[in-house]
Amino acid sequence: MMSGNEAAARGAVEAGVQVVASYPGSPSVQVLECLAAVAREREIYAEWSINEKVALEVAAAGSLAGLRALAVMKADGLNVALDFLTTLPLSGIRGGLVLIVSDDPGAHSSVKEEDTRYLAVPAHIPLLEPTTPADTRDMIAWAFELSEKCALPVMVRLVTRICHARGNVTLQPIHAGSQTPRFDPDPGYITAARFHGRAHERLDNLLPLYAAAPFNPYTGPADPELTIVAGGVSHCYALEAVERLAAGDRVGILRVGTLWPFPEAPVLAVLRRSRRVLFLEEIEPFIEEQTKLVAAEHAAELGPLEFLGRRTGQVPWVQKARGMGEMDPDIATRALAAALDIPFEQGATRSAEAQAALDDLPMPLRQPSFCAGCPHRAAYWAIKSALAMDGRQGFALGDIGCYALGVMPTGYQAIRTVHSMGSGVGLAAGFGKLRAMGLDQPVVAVIGDSTFYHSGIPPLLNAKTTGADYLCIVLDNGTTAMTGHQPHPGCGVDALGDPTSAMPIADLVRKLEIPLTVGDPYDVHGTVAAILELLQRGGLQVLLLQQPCALQALKGDKRRKVTVDPERCRGDACGCGRLCSRVFACPANTWDSAAGRAVIDEVVCAGCGVCAALCPEGAILVEPPQGDAHAAP
Amino acid sequence: MLPHDPLNIIISGVGGQGNILASDLLSRTFCEQGWHISVGETYGATQRGGSVVSHLRLSRRHAYGPLIPLGEAHILIGFEPLEVLRILREYGHADVRVVMNDRPLPPLEALQGQSAYPSLDALKAAIGGMSRQLVVVPGTRLAQEAGNAQAQNVVMVGAFAGLGWIPLEKGAYLQPIEGLFSGTKLAVNRKAFELGYQAGQRQ
Ligand code: SF4
Ligand code: SF4
Repeated sequence: MMSGNEAAARGAVEAGVQVVASYPGSPSVQVLECLAAVAREREIYAEWSINEKVALEVAAAGSLAGLRALAVMKADGLNVALDFLTTLPLSGIRGGLVLIVSDDPGAHSSVKEEDTRYLAVPAHIPLLEPTTPADTRDMIAWAFELSEKCALPVMVRLVTRICHARGNVTLQPIHAGSQTPRFDPDPGYITAARFHGRAHERLDNLLPLYAAAPFNPYTGPADPELTIVAGGVSHCYALEAVERLAAGDRVGILRVGTLWPFPEAPVLAVLRRSRRVLFLEEIEPFIEEQTKLVAAEHAAELGPLEFLGRRTGQVPWVQKARGMGEMDPDIATRALAAALDIPFEQGATRSAEAQAALDDLPMPLRQPSFCAGCPHRAAYWAIKSALAMDGRQGFALGDIGCYALGVMPTGYQAIRTVHSMGSGVGLAAGFGKLRAMGLDQPVVAVIGDSTFYHSGIPPLLNAKTTGADYLCIVLDNGTTAMTGHQPHPGCGVDALGDPTSAMPIADLVRKLEIPLTVGDPYDVHGTVAAILELLQRGGLQVLLLQQPCALQALKGDKRRKVTVDPERCRGDACGCGRLCSRVFACPANTWDSAAGRAVIDEVVCAGCGVCAALCPEGAILVEPPQGDAHAAP
Repeated sequence: MLPHDPLNIIISGVGGQGNILASDLLSRTFCEQGWHISVGETYGATQRGGSVVSHLRLSRRHAYGPLIPLGEAHILIGFEPLEVLRILREYGHADVRVVMNDRPLPPLEALQGQSAYPSLDALKAAIGGMSRQLVVVPGTRLAQEAGNAQAQNVVMVGAFAGLGWIPLEKGAYLQPIEGLFSGTKLAVNRKAFELGYQAGQRQ
């Protein structure tokens, strides 16, 4: 059993990868983690880079030195790396260079659903997409070979339902990479527009290799009434839809696994075999559009065809939890049933009584929220309170990370913009210059520690140079929390857990000669006072709020026991409006309706003590951690 | 040995309850039987206190996609009653069996008073009315008894094993636990599994 991420790492090891670099991004975080875990034993160089562009550059250096190399990033990260990526097909490469990009259809762990398949086209790079974890292993191993044959980096698109899926994977032998790196300065690797034609030629040379590979199979009858053309995990749903509707003798399925350059031959064969085509793919209609180009070029021969897909409305966009580009077995089956005119009922069935019981029940939604004891909750409480006390309608700008939950009720909707990594600090560099034109609201930018290193420094330096006026609050929890606690340059450990020299944010800010204040978000009253003072002082300021991520730090014995004294808690008579549970809303602060008193869920509570500081009656009591009690003489 | 093929199992819970460990343990057990397994995990950003769902699909014939179609879940292992209802509403098969931890974790919306958290009795009645069999286990209490409240996921794996809905030897379910843990963690998890197993068998 392996996840898609593990299978991708395994495929790379089997192919003899020697250099790997990544910046953590869901859903593909675990690829580098798996490789780092075997890096020592397999003599692989693995790093968490400062951002995705640097990750791709580090991997490309391995390739230019003749080694097989891998870079891993999420779709949003590819945008950061795109500037460099588009030069590589022109400069050329040496050792096999594979780029894993993970798209997030449904935006389960992203702010948007970006379809990176389209970016392979202007970048002039080959693009592959696997259907299952087992297929991921095969494809990644093949991608290295392909990259060396065509001297282009090869991109492999994974999606959430591959990365976070698990399945049976058969292992192949490992061909350990044992190249000694060597850079050949002659002729060098120079990006020049005159190599544009060469890049196109190299892409064209791939088509025979695609034709010989097993990644574009057709299954089904020789003269199907309709053919499904599917890419990626949608291929599984296509197979299931045909099985559920028992339509195997009417429907054929073409899987397109090699997406760019687009494999014209198998698609043309489909169009010759059947006049009706249904497209199943995730996010945008890429395969659908490319197929239509093929059809247009062969229109005279093919005659009229019927296309069913996203563009034509038969495959609907379905608004699910966060996004709408995700495919599932029901969308696939419904689309096929409609196309074939087969009646199809789906979904849970229940008795009238069961339905009535259900209708009577409230169903509170479960929105994501900060963990119990999360320092960000305390920080946003302070930011919101300080902005209100300041009274000049100041506003806070945010970006990406756990702290993006600051837009939701769990963060009191304290931040009012969310875009991309570092964008709060960048927008503030603009807002902070609008003073002279009459903007009289205080501006606060919020950024996390890992994001600060990734892309917070250039906009802050920009602001320093232009004299932009704002308060930058760095929420430093000592880790890349959102993606599962990967180290960053402030941590002093590398991807393998070995010590490195740490570059603390405070030192960087001091070197930029920006006034710095350091605080503890758990000290809410102190933090409110500090923010208020800095806002009133004005000018470019950095407030560094330091407290480790509660999920990582406040575990087991390190927890302090926090309880409500039922004698002191006055319940609804207090007039605080249930400050601890309703207003501050830490998930461990619950309400005992029978007693009409606050109560702390000891299983959930992390013992941060912030609610105790906020309770106006002092009814919440904090005991020292059990670990300390044991340690005491 | 599989009551349906594909057999579809959903594990539902809340971020931080250890869904993924539970689905990992079960899928390792099933993999050892030589079955085709596909697992789809839905967590992402929602792992921070949101709903977490694992889909497990078992077949003797071939591998299925990682998502279970609506109305096709045959077994639901629930770590939190409200989440069980939420999943059952959409995915429950006419033949669905449910084993759930009885400990509510009210979402923010309920804590903040915008919406009430239903009473446990009402939840049990609604869930029972929609399933062929409902087994309620004091999962968190048993985990505390085993030494760590967090081990409720392993208690629930034990309860599922003890129920015999997929009749495998107890050892087949224990094996991945022995493989993944050592020392005190192994002792706690073994005990958690055992307490869950007994609770399942008593049904
Ligand atoms: S001490 Fe209070 S605020 Fe902190 S985790 Fe426990 S209940 Fe939540
Ligand atoms: S993982 Fe850490 S930073 Fe993220 S919400 Fe939880 S406590 Fe906060």
